Parts: sequence; structure tokens; C-alpha cells
Amino acid sequence: MAQQHTVRRRASKPGPALQHGKNRFIVAFLAVPVAIYGLFTVSPYVQAIFISLTDWTGLTADQEFVGFDNYVKLFGDEQFIIALKNNAILLLVVPAITLVLGLFFASMLTVGRRGKSGIEGVRGSSVYKIVYFFPQVLSVAIVGVLFKYVFAPTASGGILNGLLGAIGLDSLAKPWLGDPNFAFWCVVLVMIWSFVGFYVVLFSSAMQSIPKEIYEAALLDGAGRFTTFRQITLPLVWDTVQVGWVYLAIQAMDAFALVHIMLGISGGPSRAGDVLGVALYRSAFNDYRFGYASALGVVLLILTLIVSGLFLRVARRERVELS
Amino acid sequence: MTNFSADWSRRKFLRGALATGALVVPGTGLLAGCATSGGGQDQAEGEKSGTNPLAVPTDQPLEVYIFNGGFGDKYATAIHEPMYTKAYPKATINHKAEVDIAGALQSRFVGGNPPDFVNDSGDGQIPLGQLVSDKQLYDLTDLFNAPSWDDPNKKVSDTLVPGAIEQGTFGDKPYVMHMALTIFGLWYNKTLFDDKGWTLPTTWAEMTDLCKDIKAAGIAPWTYQGIHARYMNWPLLTMAAKLGGPDVLKAIDNLEEGAWGHEAVKESANALAGLRKSGYILEGTEGMDHIQSQKAWCDGQAAFIPSGSWLESEQKDVTPEGFEFGFLAEPLLSDKSEMDKTTLRASPGEPYIVPAQAKNPRGGLEYMRIMLSKEGAKGFTKEVSSLTVVQGAADGVKLPPGLTSAQKALGDAGDNVINWMYPTWYGKMENPGVNAHTGDLMAGRKTVDEWVAGCEAEAKKVRDDDTITKYTR
Repeated sequence: MAQQHTVRRRASKPGPALQHGKNRFIVAFLAVPVAIYGLFTVSPYVQAIFISLTDWTGLTADQEFVGFDNYVKLFGDEQFIIALKNNAILLLVVPAITLVLGLFFASMLTVGRRGKSGIEGVRGSSVYKIVYFFPQVLSVAIVGVLFKYVFAPTASGGILNGLLGAIGLDSLAKPWLGDPNFAFWCVVLVMIWSFVGFYVVLFSSAMQSIPKEIYEAALLDGAGRFTTFRQITLPLVWDTVQVGWVYLAIQAMDAFALVHIMLGISGGPSRAGDVLGVALYRSAFNDYRFGYASALGVVLLILTLIVSGLFLRVARRERVELS
Repeated sequence: MTNFSADWSRRKFLRGALATGALVVPGTGLLAGCATSGGGQDQAEGEKSGTNPLAVPTDQPLEVYIFNGGFGDKYATAIHEPMYTKAYPKATINHKAEVDIAGALQSRFVGGNPPDFVNDSGDGQIPLGQLVSDKQLYDLTDLFNAPSWDDPNKKVSDTLVPGAIEQGTFGDKPYVMHMALTIFGLWYNKTLFDDKGWTLPTTWAEMTDLCKDIKAAGIAPWTYQGIHARYMNWPLLTMAAKLGGPDVLKAIDNLEEGAWGHEAVKESANALAGLRKSGYILEGTEGMDHIQSQKAWCDGQAAFIPSGSWLESEQKDVTPEGFEFGFLAEPLLSDKSEMDKTTLRASPGEPYIVPAQAKNPRGGLEYMRIMLSKEGAKGFTKEVSSLTVVQGAADGVKLPPGLTSAQKALGDAGDNVINWMYPTWYGKMENPGVNAHTGDLMAGRKTVDEWVAGCEAEAKKVRDDDTITKYTR
């Protein structure tokens, strides 16, 4: 300990030759990336805030400053409220179900079986792991188009309705994406389907790093599967869950591509499946109200920041050290 | 162990980096220019003469942007562009074919250096009304007043069908040239109808009788474009105008209060909504899109579908052998109708514009004059299987059977041709606005009165919004 201390102190006082030109050295390496970051990331944000305070249509070189008019209009727009509500649903439902399913499948795949050699994954877990990851490999556009056909009406060869018919549940067949009561939930379902695989793999790898001895000790103490999961697995992968939680929340705030492809630009039947991303796109590229669209974008940015902050805070918990 | 660890703590380091960023950021504004800044460019003009009535600068290049969609771009490269270079051998044509017009040109409009001639069409269409109110379009008055290409004693405007210029007129000036003439109505499978011996209905009572027979034959009488329910607005408003006269449409275009609640509109909406109540609409239609429903119709699952005269070429790839497209004007709702049973909606479509800030706007006008010549229009019809706004240009051209039957219906209608403007003037009001309400009406989620209230609310939104430029006719 003492020795380490001296080493650190010695290292903290480099000779004048090393100290000299240090700032210049760092600035030389950072100037270019920071400039690029400023140009392509920070400056658009700043510009978006400025544009949101104007009446810019996106087609002219000049625009008028209108103050907070766009924001006032935004909160008086019933379609914005619908979109906001749907984003809230996405935010609560998608991460919750995805995480629960992800944890469940991951624990099944890594610690689900009590075999001869102790705790191991269920039979065929290596195959499942690959299969679960499939949706992650498909681009979201393909997923959207694919599920458009799954949920299509019977007359257009809808796969889901076909399956329902095959097992004698014809009465449940519906034009899913044409019904405001179901259209948005179909998108929610597809989102969960496409996200779960990634989190299964993520959580499995976290669970694999838990020493098997802990499980064996629990087994000897007579802990059941659920207790083992709650008392051992979950606390030891909590860090990963926390990361996944925030990441999922941000992913779920988007949903633009799926809603756009499955429900169309207007937000689906009765416009009930609208989300903020689609509303933003529509205002900008269909209506050419870039000022209004930027205001929507700024609101979306603020919401995303608040949500990530909140999620991080809620998920904060004492960290469990493994050794 | 790093040498910087002592007085280069991470925090200090980040502070330094942030300061650097703060210095860089304002600089980038100067470097890159903001998204909203732009300039202008010099406009060339030639000398006006008998052979050059539009004062085209004969040696200046012309940049042409064609929407590469259903019509392709061959009609431009094979017909109109050679005509231009033949007339002005010193000029070169810079031809571009583009699928996403807005994606390619939005920034050029902002930057003040747009091309000379644009076919503003397709999914990426920049809304024409918006371009007009942003003063981005060149006034086409000179074009329509110029002598026509074929006959110097006849003005261009005199060679076009009625309504062709009106369609592109915003306020009191024409800003858009429409080339295609689209005929709207109901489509049926002629082979099937001949086979079953079904006669085409001219009144709604005949229509519902026929629907009964069609349903008994195991076929759904109607389908429509599902989530794009605005296709159903077309028969709805056409039948309303036939019943109540063309002023019904005028009131809607002029955003008059209560225009959507007119008895004729309500009766028409009631008739179409009744199709679903009687089970005459293909099951699940409300969940389809235009591709799925039109395919189902081509497959013989449904008998009638509303659409424009582009349908035949749109369906080319999925039309089964022996399927013949037939066109039918919408039936009359009552024998006490204001307009004749042959009345139909024909609308000049496929917009072409000359940007106000183009380098060579006179060349753009001349290119339009060439398109509207007999040769140019005939070539267009041959190349893309569409009628044009040029009178008599399709005479003697062999057209596919569906288009022939639509053309015949147009001939039968004579002067009984109607059209409405609000979707062009106020795009947002039609879609997503009215589109969503008609979707609800056709899916049985709204009654006729609720639908009227919904459409009235959409009209009110436009009426009350000061930022939208209003037009009347």
C-alpha cells in the first residue's frame, strides 16, 4: 500500500520536459473531433431551437421570429396530445415487458436447469440464443413490412388471421391495422418482439459472469428457483438491467419507423396510433411547417432527457460487488 | 499509469474540452451557414421575336428535373428534350430523374439556386400551395398567353381543355402547369361483368340491386383503398355534386361554413356508408392499403373500386390474364338530380413548375410550351398511357382498353365535367384531415352526422389559421 502510494506520487509529478506543451498536445488531438462534433451535433440542436421560434416553412431563405407561438399551438393540437399519450404508453409498456421477458428467457437459458453438473441452461439453450437474436439482425423496415402482412386482413392473406382460422378462432379475426383499438397495440407487440432478443443475449452474458458456486450454495440451502432469481441473479445483473432500462426507454420514445411503415404517415385508423416522431416528420416533410416541427423536436428532446434522468434515478440501487 | 493523472483530473479535462467546444460552436455557424440561410442567382433572358415569343436565352443550359415514378422519365428524354434542343441547338439540357423531389430540391429552394423546370410530383412532392405562398414559383401567365407551338394564331390557353389552367391557378395567377388529364370514377372487371350479364347501374337504386346480385354470386360488390379512405371521397363528392349541382363543391373549396353538411353531401355519404351496413364491402377493407385492396379487386374478390385513370397502368404487374378494365361514371342518387348522369370528375394532374429563382425561367416556360404542343402531348400519351390537357392530342393514339373506356365516358360527359380544389389548396385538410374521417365513416366507426362534424372541423382549422394563404373560386 505504502509502496503504491509512493509510485502514484512520483508519477504525479512528471519532469518539466513532460509537463511542457501538455495542453497544446491535448488540444491538437481534440480540436478536430470537437469541431466536428460541434458542427454536426451541437449546432443542429442550437439551430433547431432557433427554428422552433420562427415560422419557417422549410422552403424559403427568410423566416419571421414568432416567439413561443409554435409551442402554444403545439399544446393546443389534439393530435399532439394523442401522440404524447401513445409515447407514454410505449415508454411504460415496452421497457417493462421487454425487460421481464428478457430476464426470464436469459435466466432460463443460463441458469434455468438443475442438471447433473449443477446449474445450467435449459436443453438447446445455445440454439435458442441464436434464434432470439434473429429479429435484431433484420432492419426495422423489413420487420415493419413483414408484420404488415402478418396483421393484414384475411382477404389480403393476413398470416395472423389465417392462423386464427386454422385453429377455429375465426371469430377473433380482424383487420388489425384498420381498427383503432388494436392498430397501435400491434406496433407495441412488434416492438417488444424485435427488442427482446437483444436483451436476452445481453442479460445472458451478464448472468454467465455470476460464479456458479453462489448458485450451488443457494441450492444447498434449499432455495427455490424464484428465490434464487430474486435474491441472486437479479441483484448481480442489476447494473446491466439498469443500462438496458435507460436504453430501452430511449428506443421506445422513437418508434417512428415501425409506426410509419405499419400505420402510415397519418397515424393509422382514426389517427389513433400517432407518435411524436411521426407527427414531427409529418409537420416537417408533409406540411412544410419546419418551425412547428422543430418545436415538436425540442419538446421530444426535453422529454427524452427527463425520461433518461428519471429512469437512471429510479433504477439506482446499491451495487453488489462480486468479490 | 498516466503522466497526466495529477493535475489533469477528468473533470478539469472535460472543462477544458467544453471551453474548446464553446469556442468552436459559434464559429461553425459562420463556417457552414445555417440551415435557413440562402441567396439568389442571376436570371438570363433572351430576345423576344416571332420565333421566340417567350424570349428564351438560346444559348443557356436548361436544368430539367423529372419525377421518376409511374410515368418514368422517358417521355422527357425521348420526346420533349430533343424537341427543345432541336429548336435551340446551342442550348444544352441537364436532365435529372429523381424519385424523391423534396429530398433533392428542398435545400436548393432554400439556397436560392433551384433548377429551371421541375416535375413536382410523387410521395416527395413539395406542396404546391406552400411553394406559391412562399413566392417560390414563377408566374406562368406569359406561357398561356404565348402563341401555341403549332399555330401562331392560337394562344396556348386556347389549345387546352377547360379547367386545365384553373387547376394550377392560385389567387389570380397561374403557377402550375398540369399535363395529364385524370378521369375519376368507378372501375369494374369488364370480362366478369360480360360473363355474368350484369348491366351497369346509372342510378343508386340500380347499384344496390346489382350489389345484391353480385353478393349472391359470392363476390364482394365493393372495395376501396382502406387506410387511404380519401379515395372514397371522390365518388362521395362526385355523387353529391351530381345531386346538388357543382356549387356544392364550390362551397367546400371556399371553406364555407356548413358546406360539408349540405343535404346532397349527406345523402351521398349515407349511400356509401350504407354499402358497409348492407355487407357490400369486401371484409377487412378498412385494414388494407391501396396495394392490397387493388390487388384483391384485380384478383376478382370485389367488383367495384374507385380510382383515377392511372389505375390500369398502376396495376399492370398484378393484373391477371383476361382481366379487362372497365370505367363507369358514378350513378345518380336520385332522379331529381341537378346534373346529368354522364357527369364525371376530370382533373388536370401531374404538376410541372418553374421555380421563381431559376437561372433560366424563360427556358422553363418554353419547355412547357413544347410539352403542350400537339407532338409533345401525343408523345406523352403514347409513352405513359395517359390523356393530356391538350385538346385532341390523343386522337388516333391507340390506348389500352380501360383508358379507352374512360376516354369515352369523358366524351359522353361533354361539358358535364366537375372538379374540386381544396386538396390542392389545403393539402393537410384532405390528408390526414378528411381522409381519417372518411376512413371512420366507411369502417362504421362514425355516423354520417359525426363525419360531417369532423369534416367541418377540418375546414374550420384551415379557415381559422392565419398562416395559411386562402384561395377562392
